[in-house]
Amino acid sequence: MSEFKLMKGNEAMAEAAIQAGCDAYFGYPITPQSEVLEYLAREMPKHNRIVMQAESEVASINMVYGAAGAGFRTMTSSSSPGISLMQEGISYIAGAELPCLIVNVNRAGPGLGTIQPGQGDYFQSTKGGGHGDYKMIVLAPASVQEMADFVFLGFDLADKYRNPVLMLSDGAIGQMMEKVQFKPYTRPEIDKSSWATTGKPKTRNRNYITSLHILPEKMEVHNLKLEEKFKKIRENEVRFEEINTADADYLFVAYGLSARICQKAMDIARQKGIRIGLLRPITLYPYPYQRLRELTAQVKMMLSVELNSGQMVEDVRLGVEGKVPVEFYGRMGGMMPTPEEIVHHLETLIQYHHAN
Amino acid sequence: MPIDQHVLPETDLIIPACHKEEEDEYEVVYHKPATLVDVNMHYCPGCAHSLVHKLIMEVVEELDIQEKTVGVAPVGCSVFAYDYMDIDMQEAAHGRACAVATGIKRLMPGKYVFTYQGDGDLAAIGIGETLHAINRGENILIVFMNNAVYGMTSGQMAPTTLPGMHTTTSPDGRDVSFYGAPIKVAELMANLPGSFYVTRQAVNSANAVRKTRKALVNAFKYQQLHKGTCLVEIIGNCPSNWKMTPVEAAKFIDEEMVKTFPLGDIKVPNAEDLKIF
Repeated sequence: MSEFKLMKGNEAMAEAAIQAGCDAYFGYPITPQSEVLEYLAREMPKHNRIVMQAESEVASINMVYGAAGAGFRTMTSSSSPGISLMQEGISYIAGAELPCLIVNVNRAGPGLGTIQPGQGDYFQSTKGGGHGDYKMIVLAPASVQEMADFVFLGFDLADKYRNPVLMLSDGAIGQMMEKVQFKPYTRPEIDKSSWATTGKPKTRNRNYITSLHILPEKMEVHNLKLEEKFKKIRENEVRFEEINTADADYLFVAYGLSARICQKAMDIARQKGIRIGLLRPITLYPYPYQRLRELTAQVKMMLSVELNSGQMVEDVRLGVEGKVPVEFYGRMGGMMPTPEEIVHHLETLIQYHHAN
Repeated sequence: MPIDQHVLPETDLIIPACHKEEEDEYEVVYHKPATLVDVNMHYCPGCAHSLVHKLIMEVVEELDIQEKTVGVAPVGCSVFAYDYMDIDMQEAAHGRACAVATGIKRLMPGKYVFTYQGDGDLAAIGIGETLHAINRGENILIVFMNNAVYGMTSGQMAPTTLPGMHTTTSPDGRDVSFYGAPIKVAELMANLPGSFYVTRQAVNSANAVRKTRKALVNAFKYQQLHKGTCLVEIIGNCPSNWKMTPVEAAKFIDEEMVKTFPLGDIKVPNAEDLKIF
């Protein structure tokens, strides 16, 4: 086991990319994740890897497309406004079934918004973002350690499914320093020779990367193939963490930074005698609907805590299917709820539901 | 699986690359390159694309670089180029070919990478990616098909549309005071230090085709030098959208297009750079 290091989330993610064998990184500066490009601009050349500052996020995602299409392990990262610019390219990447890793260090919006952390990109990340029917596997780290870990996992899942993977972090986890450990990693052997555009030898037919299927009959076949893949992803890749659910009467549902705050809120509430647990979705797509549904047999109410106006709460309600009340609490604009504030809200809700 | 087989109507017409039985009696002096897929193309009669596709594939065959060549075809009439060119290719989003090509070439610097872009793609939506790729001196070849209109969406005004030229979105003719003058891409990009070889050619006559072919041969070979971007602008015939016969369209290039887009080399490598050939 390697030693622990003290690193920023963004730097841990960048270091993980190197250790995961990332062949190329293309990016464009944007707060609060510019450290990624800076770190890689310094370190990647030492490993003979490609790092480039593109002229825009539009260009960087298309450089990712080209390099991924040639069979290379490729990534980009940005923050919310930049990720919006990439949506066209992401749709093409999903359509052309190219594996790559995209990291969004979420800041609060809409528009230019603020450079402070937010979770307002939940819908964009999990419900499409770009045009057409596609899904990305969405990983939500809640610590610097996970920002590193999910780079390895993200690349492997991208290769396994030939699909883009999004790591949805936020400005706080990207910027904060925590201890992180890089575990030994072996890259799985993946044969890309049947599709990667590496130059056509006489011994095989030409490979080409495309999302274009002009005939509706063909396009639908392609759509169905993608849907089959997304179904497999839903069956096999749901990830979540549960804390204190064994005896829980109530449940926090929160991801990323919100989950960290909810952990503290849970401790305070439990000291007050409120038996509350936490379900932290790690994959936002695929979403742990099934586990939420199971927990309705046990808990009296769920409270989704988010740094937005209420986005993931819709998925909680989809999972719960009306079996128990699902409530929402959130702050926006880069403002953070305090654990006490969340507990206060929880107590109010418990009283309200008890009275009704 | 190539989708062109489904794009085109079923036909019994088979045009072999060369007639076997005649080989014994006559010397074959010309045949389609083996690097060109032997299928019907979807292009309109008199269109420049089919001809330029063939020229590029002839060059790939002549230089024996099929195994080392990767093409990028972005949105436009020629987005189906990978149905015709028997090489590895990537389709690209509208305007993004140069960014995609950058991704490919930077990871595989030993390959021959080219983009094949129309004027809407390169000069309008994609001029940023194009300019920056050239400014970085990406060692790619940009084949720029300039027919002064959006072909695939059927004849709208492009950044390259001639002053006064009638298109579906400039029905009274392009008003330069409203839309500005046509962008002379080759001249513009030749100003960038990253460009190595910039030329403007046409394919509207046998002589023009020969010159274009020569330009493409050079542009492909220059990639070995790693000295910068090659841009071959080709004035393309688009009789369908120009509302002309193919013959009229060929004449229109000589009589009108060249006034705005003069043919010839704009930036050529110096002798020192070419010593190794």
